[in-house]
Amino acid sequence: MVLVAIIVYILIKVLPEIGWTFLSQSPSDMGRGGGILPTIVGTLLVTLLAVVIATPFGIGTAFYLAEYTRGGILTRIIRFSADSLAAIPSIVYGLFGFIFFVTQLGLGLSILSGGLTLAFMILPTLIRTAEEAILTVPQSYREVSFSLGATKWQTIIKVVFPSAMRGIVNGLILSVGRCIAETAAVVLTAGSALHMPKSVFSSVRTMAVHFYTLASEGISMPKAYGTAALLIILIFLINVVTNILVNRMAAKGR
Amino acid sequence: MRKFKEKLSGRVFFALAFSSISALALITVFILIKGLPIIGKIGLSEFFGMTWAPVSQNKFGIFPMIVGTVSVTLGAALIGVPIGICCSIFLAEYAPAAVRNIFRPAIQLLAGIPSVVYGFWGLIFIVPLIREYLGGPGLSILAGAIILAIMILPTVISISEVSLLSLPRQYKEGALALGMTHWQTIKSVLLPSAKSGIVAAVILGIGRAVGETMAVILVLGNAPALPASLKDSVRTLTTNIGIEMGYASGDHQEALFATGIVLFIIIMILNSTAQYVTRKKH
Repeated sequence: MVLVAIIVYILIKVLPEIGWTFLSQSPSDMGRGGGILPTIVGTLLVTLLAVVIATPFGIGTAFYLAEYTRGGILTRIIRFSADSLAAIPSIVYGLFGFIFFVTQLGLGLSILSGGLTLAFMILPTLIRTAEEAILTVPQSYREVSFSLGATKWQTIIKVVFPSAMRGIVNGLILSVGRCIAETAAVVLTAGSALHMPKSVFSSVRTMAVHFYTLASEGISMPKAYGTAALLIILIFLINVVTNILVNRMAAKGR
Repeated sequence: MRKFKEKLSGRVFFALAFSSISALALITVFILIKGLPIIGKIGLSEFFGMTWAPVSQNKFGIFPMIVGTVSVTLGAALIGVPIGICCSIFLAEYAPAAVRNIFRPAIQLLAGIPSVVYGFWGLIFIVPLIREYLGGPGLSILAGAIILAIMILPTVISISEVSLLSLPRQYKEGALALGMTHWQTIKSVLLPSAKSGIVAAVILGIGRAVGETMAVILVLGNAPALPASLKDSVRTLTTNIGIEMGYASGDHQEALFATGIVLFIIIMILNSTAQYVTRKKH
């Protein structure tokens, strides 16, 4: 009920606002006029960068946990770290990104800093979901592969990875959702410049940050509603896609 | 060649896993390096003191923010936990499949909505309600607690539901066979058996509430002072960082990192407790 209330409330306020100009134009007058195109581009770039950086580490760690370790002290440490990373508030990631990427490495408030920070943030989600997906691959698949003379590496690449693919993709999509929704960590690392980015070293404002700025500084309520609606629609689509994937996986798996 | 590939792949996976856990170490070290000096400089008693006036008086007392975090979180838990547990019991035990199939994705969606949208909704919907019916500015502990209660629902519901569903069927069948009603079974057999999972769900929910920034920044009013009632404005540890990080420098910036350390420690304690509780079960 609460959910429906929130969504309906925002969507009603909004529908007249979203149109092609809203999506395709740059904002004017601090966001009072025009559209939100640069923030859409900013969101996509930061998210893409985060996912591209975090994916190899997340999936690699998951394979290491699921296929190479047998519950020793090392596994316990890795798992504890992953759980702890998942619990750290996003604002602390923001602080870390600010001091490490922005200041220490001198990347400045930029797409690169924001993407790297978000990569740290989504890592635990990726590890957890990929590990679960790998563990659901039946043991017999591996045994058959070994009995055919395949090595462990061949088994992982040719047998386990394809079978766990959907679960892994599912985790990736969840992570994309988290990146799009994140505000606190991004505003401290990618900044809030309201123009089209020129390179990965440009500062950008993501949709979530744009929404926060519009709403908290009372710049333009209609534009704020529009941005919020677009965010919710995006998250909704991501959820639908994930659910379809999960259902298909369940149907195929049994 | 084959052997080499084998060895190499094992090493690569280990290297990836190792870099992933180094992330935690890296984050911890950098926050500590940046935050600890200021605590040493002003002393613990002033750091946990009453006055936060970073610009005018150079005072960095975070006690009001700790009170803010605790009061808002406690409020959220008091509202959110009973609702969450009831929902999970309903979903696990009573709901027909059709209802469940609507509820589950809805809860997922609820978890995915950006926190700043929750905050905005609170600002335009809950804050005016409080202002009108209870008086005061509306930006208050109560508003923050309500918003956070909604936000922790997905965590509490999904984890407690899983722990209820993972109980062996025999528990329930045995209880029913002994002539217990459905509700008696839930109350005296299922809930006690699923206790550790539910406790973990509550702790993780509380952890989420403590760490939330953007949802509360819009509805709490953010006054760095001790509140006298639920209708008063407070500032939490997270919003303290969120608001001032943009313009802080020098000691002030370090004090915000020190705030981050306190937040970090609270979260680590909560998370370790949750892990301990779940592990005890197995």
